Amino acid sequence: MLKIEDLTLEAEGNFKILDDINLNLDKKKLYVITGPNGSGKSSLAKTIMGMYTPTSGRIYFEGQDITDLSITQRANLNIGYAFQQPPRFKGITVEELLKLSLGKNGAEELDLCELLLDVGLCAQDYLKRQVDGSLSGGELKRIELATVLARQLKLAIFDEPEAGIDLWSFQRLAETFETIHYKYDTSIVIISHQERILNLADEVIVMREGQISELTTKENFLSKLENDADCRCRQSCEKGALYDEVECYR
Amino acid sequence: MMKLNVIDKQILEQVADLHSVPQGAYNIRRDGEALDRHTTANINIVPKSDKPGIDIFVKPNTKGESVHIPVILSKTGMDDMVYNTFHIGEGSDVYIVAGCGIHNPGSQKSQHDGIHEFHVGKGARIKYVEKHYGQGRGTGDRILNPTTYIEVEEGGVAELEMVQIRGVDYTKRDTEVKLHKDAKLIVTERLLTDQKQKAHSIIDVELIGEDSSAQIISRSVAKDDSKQVFNLNLIGLNRCRGHIQCDSIIMDNAHVSSIPEITAKHSDAQLVHEAAIGKIASEQLLKLETLGFTEKEAEKIILKGFLK
Ligand SMILES: Nc1ncnc2c1ncn2[C@@H]1O[C@H](COP(=O)(O)OP(=O)(O)O)[C@@H](O)[C@H]1O
Ligand SMILES: [Mg+2]
Repeated sequence: MLKIEDLTLEAEGNFKILDDINLNLDKKKLYVITGPNGSGKSSLAKTIMGMYTPTSGRIYFEGQDITDLSITQRANLNIGYAFQQPPRFKGITVEELLKLSLGKNGAEELDLCELLLDVGLCAQDYLKRQVDGSLSGGELKRIELATVLARQLKLAIFDEPEAGIDLWSFQRLAETFETIHYKYDTSIVIISHQERILNLADEVIVMREGQISELTTKENFLSKLENDADCRCRQSCEKGALYDEVECYR
Repeated sequence: MMKLNVIDKQILEQVADLHSVPQGAYNIRRDGEALDRHTTANINIVPKSDKPGIDIFVKPNTKGESVHIPVILSKTGMDDMVYNTFHIGEGSDVYIVAGCGIHNPGSQKSQHDGIHEFHVGKGARIKYVEKHYGQGRGTGDRILNPTTYIEVEEGGVAELEMVQIRGVDYTKRDTEVKLHKDAKLIVTERLLTDQKQKAHSIIDVELIGEDSSAQIISRSVAKDDSKQVFNLNLIGLNRCRGHIQCDSIIMDNAHVSSIPEITAKHSDAQLVHEAAIGKIASEQLLKLETLGFTEKEAEKIILKGFLK
């Protein structure tokens, strides 16, 4: 479904943000990308979405070479990306932004209330609010997720969706990922450090210094996490992993 | 009964959201003459005897009524000056719409200078909406220079919405406000300029009375080679609160100067100003592009929201 070939992204001074990435993602699977901060996870997602132009390499989506397509063109092929740090829009309400997200060929019948509930927000309270500085970081993040969930995508990439989401909403969100996965045959990529998200994964992609250091199953990845005797933080981490602020990328 | 032609209707729709003759009191002025007028039991409109213009008298405790005083200029070479005075009786609550639209079909300039005075009585409240708009294929400039004086008595509220969205080549808007005890002012200004247009907005607010308050929110977009200057001033003479927020999006080769000024002459005056000028944030464009919009479409959506 998505094939990435020899993808390299250089910043000024020849610093390789992405260093020769090769990756094959299958239809209808749920992938989790994990790895330390700065390892290039967001950059990979943005390059797939067309927000960054790679220095070299190709990207194919359903057999089509999309490397030279614009963001808009990729969006219209039903690729979507939920920002790690979503922008705010002065004067635009949550309702307007969600309707824009539904798009021209979007699911008109999609219920905005349901959509907001999926990300743990009450429509009554939020539809008329503006997507500006009056929203907290967590609220903004949930609305960002909703803008992507609103679209019937073939490939949906979520960049650290757990930030600012409490436990209850998180459960609901995990169910929603599974629903869109089955209902719309959406292939899902979630960038995350969260054990509970890792638990949803069919496959786990581990990144390190701009490269893919490991491609594995969640069982492998999680058991390695548990059996890693070198990890001095293991005791506290097993509990700690329940909380959003704990990141483990071993 | 008045006769409205197509151009009149277009302009009335743009400046006053009117599709037909308004409800309530109104005075429609076209090309320097009164076209039609209507008064109600509580709102009287009387032409001035010494100069062009009208006096509008709102009886005390008039609630929920509206006054529309739109102005239409539909010829080239017009130079229209008008003095309108509002006397808002104590305890009333009225909605006033006073837009001006210029259709300039020729090569000479068309200009309207409206001088508006408001006396807002004790405990009275007005919402004043002023929309300015220009159209017409002619090369003549479309010029609008409104001057507004507002005095708000004890406990009164003046809410102003001043909008100029399109087609005005030059504008100098001068607004002076005096606020007495417990009086409140809320100003929302929306301005868009493009091509070679110039706009200058001056708002001076004197917070005279104890616990008076003023809030000015100005948002503007400057495109092409247009120029905008904002002078927004608050003077606190008593225990009072004031806030200026001036936010501009700049594009192309435009120039914007934002010069907020706050002066306190009392130690319990609390005044704040914030001013920002910047491009459309690229993250906003990117986000909308990831939803399937082109860059141009995204830009339109962002500006429309910002100026709403
Ligand atoms: N636009 C950019 N210009 C220059 N360097 C960048 C840019 N975006 C990301 N980087 C750098 O690339 C590396 C990977 O960043 P990022 O993809 O955000 O990592 P992650 O999402 O895994 O935390 C970091 O060192 C970051 O500073
Ligand atoms: Mg990241």
